[in-house]
Amino acid sequence: MADTDRQTGTQAWQLVLAWAWVGIPLTLGVIQTLINGMKLFQ
Amino acid sequence: MSFLDRSHTIAGSGFSRWMVPPAALCIHLCIGQAYAFSVFNLPLTKLIGVTKSAPGDWNLPELGWIFSIAIFVLGFSAAIFGRWVEEGGPRRAMFTAALCWAIGFFISAFGVYIHNLWVIYFGYGLVGGCGLGIGYISPVSTLIKWFPDRPGMATGMAIMGFGGGAFIASPLSVWLMSKFSTPTHVGVAETFIVMGAIYFVFMIVGAFIVRIPAPDWKPAGYTPPVQASKLITTNDVFVYDALKTPQFWLIWWVLCLNVTAGIGVIGQASAMSQEMFPGKVTVVAAAGFVGLMSLFNMGGRFCWASISDYIGRKNTYFVFMVLGFVLYCTVPYTGKIGSVGGFVCCFLVIISMYGGGFATVPAYLKDMFGTRYVGAIHGWLITAWSMAGIFGPVLVNYIRQYNITHGVPKADAYNVTMYIMAGLLVIGFICNLLVKAVDRRFHMQPDRDSALDSAGLAAAGKPARA
Repeated sequence: MADTDRQTGTQAWQLVLAWAWVGIPLTLGVIQTLINGMKLFQ
Repeated sequence: MSFLDRSHTIAGSGFSRWMVPPAALCIHLCIGQAYAFSVFNLPLTKLIGVTKSAPGDWNLPELGWIFSIAIFVLGFSAAIFGRWVEEGGPRRAMFTAALCWAIGFFISAFGVYIHNLWVIYFGYGLVGGCGLGIGYISPVSTLIKWFPDRPGMATGMAIMGFGGGAFIASPLSVWLMSKFSTPTHVGVAETFIVMGAIYFVFMIVGAFIVRIPAPDWKPAGYTPPVQASKLITTNDVFVYDALKTPQFWLIWWVLCLNVTAGIGVIGQASAMSQEMFPGKVTVVAAAGFVGLMSLFNMGGRFCWASISDYIGRKNTYFVFMVLGFVLYCTVPYTGKIGSVGGFVCCFLVIISMYGGGFATVPAYLKDMFGTRYVGAIHGWLITAWSMAGIFGPVLVNYIRQYNITHGVPKADAYNVTMYIMAGLLVIGFICNLLVKAVDRRFHMQPDRDSALDSAGLAAAGKPARA
């Protein structure tokens, strides 16, 4: 695996995929929490 | 299983360091579920009665121990396994954390199925707690090595995930229970099994993505400072030697006091806001307030840790202590004048600093003890969290109860607690003030350290002293 890394490096799509993998569920959770949080000001 | 070895995780020259924060987030977003475990409390009290608690059902105080055991084990497993995590590499640690976390859920599902609370204490509390501890520290030193120019920001990103895990876990748990529940069944066991499986896959992805930099790697254009500051060392301290330094214990108290002040109000935020502002803050609004606090807890982890890269770790903690003192002293005044907005603002900033305290401390340790064993040292420091988890809620709950039984109105019952929290931060300020550079006699010998790194396995014994 380390040898493969040495040859290819990181592609842009890998970066996008990795960040989307963690970013999408986190963003959805944050939006849901914000919606609930707005009830404080209603 | 050699692919888990440290030597198999060394990155090549083209590997982007920006792949490592998502890998760390894969772990922290999952183990952050612990903050949302309370969504299971009510359903777990109705396993027999289904619509309401029946004789033989568990009660809330019994169930509260599940979270307490998990957090306690988190601290002590991080301490005990810290050196193993550091020397075995991040992939082996992340893989182990994933196994423990998932198996913890599966055992708990079995405990729900046979209705035995001790099985859940063992599963989620002990096994899952080990997953929490190992997972929490697993990416810390790796991130610091990848981001020597921004160690605060890097670890802040990962530890932000721990704060954010509840945002995903809470709606996911509720949704899964709604899918598995029937008129005769609550659906908690099935939810535990599915969540264990999802978390295992998610965490394994992180374990496969993670890499450690080659020993000679450094960011493009980055020149390591020879001695940038008296409080930023270029030497390393062995984990068990770090425990002998006053600096470690001063930072331990700084974290413990900062967390005690924050954790005490987190659990009581909903009740406190309603009791201090009766008629103004409804139950729904209080729930929204708790949600906003979670967001600031998460955001504070990233923001304060990133700020610490610019103003320094010690100064960041000075800000926490001074600003926290002012805000805790202001809270009773906001209650007196009936300012809900002021109350909310005070607590949102306080809670951001609570999260910031967690996120900034790995970089503080790196500054004091070097990068070599920072993960293991961080593991020992996490025991401060375990202790604060006991001190904080006890302080808030018992003082409030004492005041109420002595005739203090509910709206004023928290005032003494706020002043005590402010007092704790004064002690924290003094501890932080006393932190000086680590004595040279604790530094590892550079030649031995580099030999360990190049060997790639670091079966380190007691290091020779400089």
